[in-house]
Amino acid sequence: MTAKISYDDVEVGTELPAQTFDVTRATLVRYAGASGDFNPIHWNEKFAKEVGLPDVIAHGMFTMAEAIRVVTDWTGDPGAVLEYGVRFTKPVVVPNDDEGATIEVSAKVGAKLDDHTVRVDLTAMSGGQKVLGMSRAVVRLA
Amino acid sequence: MALDQSFVGRSYPPTDPYEVGREKIREFAEAVGDTNPVYTDPEAAKALGYADVIAPPTFVFSITFKAAGQVVQDPQLGLDYSRVVHGDQKFAHKRPVRAGDRLTVTSTIEAIKSLAGNDILDIRGEVHDESGEHVVTAWTKLVARAAEEA
Repeated sequence: MTAKISYDDVEVGTELPAQTFDVTRATLVRYAGASGDFNPIHWNEKFAKEVGLPDVIAHGMFTMAEAIRVVTDWTGDPGAVLEYGVRFTKPVVVPNDDEGATIEVSAKVGAKLDDHTVRVDLTAMSGGQKVLGMSRAVVRLA
Repeated sequence: MALDQSFVGRSYPPTDPYEVGREKIREFAEAVGDTNPVYTDPEAAKALGYADVIAPPTFVFSITFKAAGQVVQDPQLGLDYSRVVHGDQKFAHKRPVRAGDRLTVTSTIEAIKSLAGNDILDIRGEVHDESGEHVVTAWTKLVARAAEEA
């Protein structure tokens, strides 16, 4: 209800601070427990390969949850996110090593809308590939 | 085999209420590494005008996805769930989900398409609180990949 960023201070093209998020097998196990999504493609390499995946992949919803942090960290108030939608274009492949994978998220204001709201367009990359497409949020600013 | 178009528009009965707990929100925030105090500290949430801690924007999916299970496991629909992947996801929030909410979900099949042998299912989940107020709508697109030729 009280975003830190003022509507008047942004314009189309304003960039939000980009962030990089690490994801390891341990991250995925924690997310599975917290979200209740225990699909073995997110933790069982043998199963993932049997269904034709290159390796264990991150939950799409995990990637979606990380990406919006670029917006919620910017506004300070996660409740200011009114709409948020993504397309899952490529899986985030998470190898079984200490490093895992990284998700790089950048975002910019794509449009200024009515009632102190803006549309933020997000880009999420992992392993050089775009992992979220049509990734957009509508946020209410101060 | 293409899914039966007559299922488009079908709604399923509302789910039993899911009670959103502070510790469940904390667990979710920790799982995604988000340290914003509005998820864990009621005083920080109150400072932003909320009655209690609020949930991250995608938290509600774990509730709506469970509700969508009614649809994808409907034996009459006949979706091959072992071949399902998540295509798109969208949320529209009337207000953030908060601790203490008792949420019910009503799932509706919005569209069924068949594309290159894949079955594509659009499910809308309307989430209401105990007082009947609308909290959030979740749109989930599921894609059941075509089975390989035998």
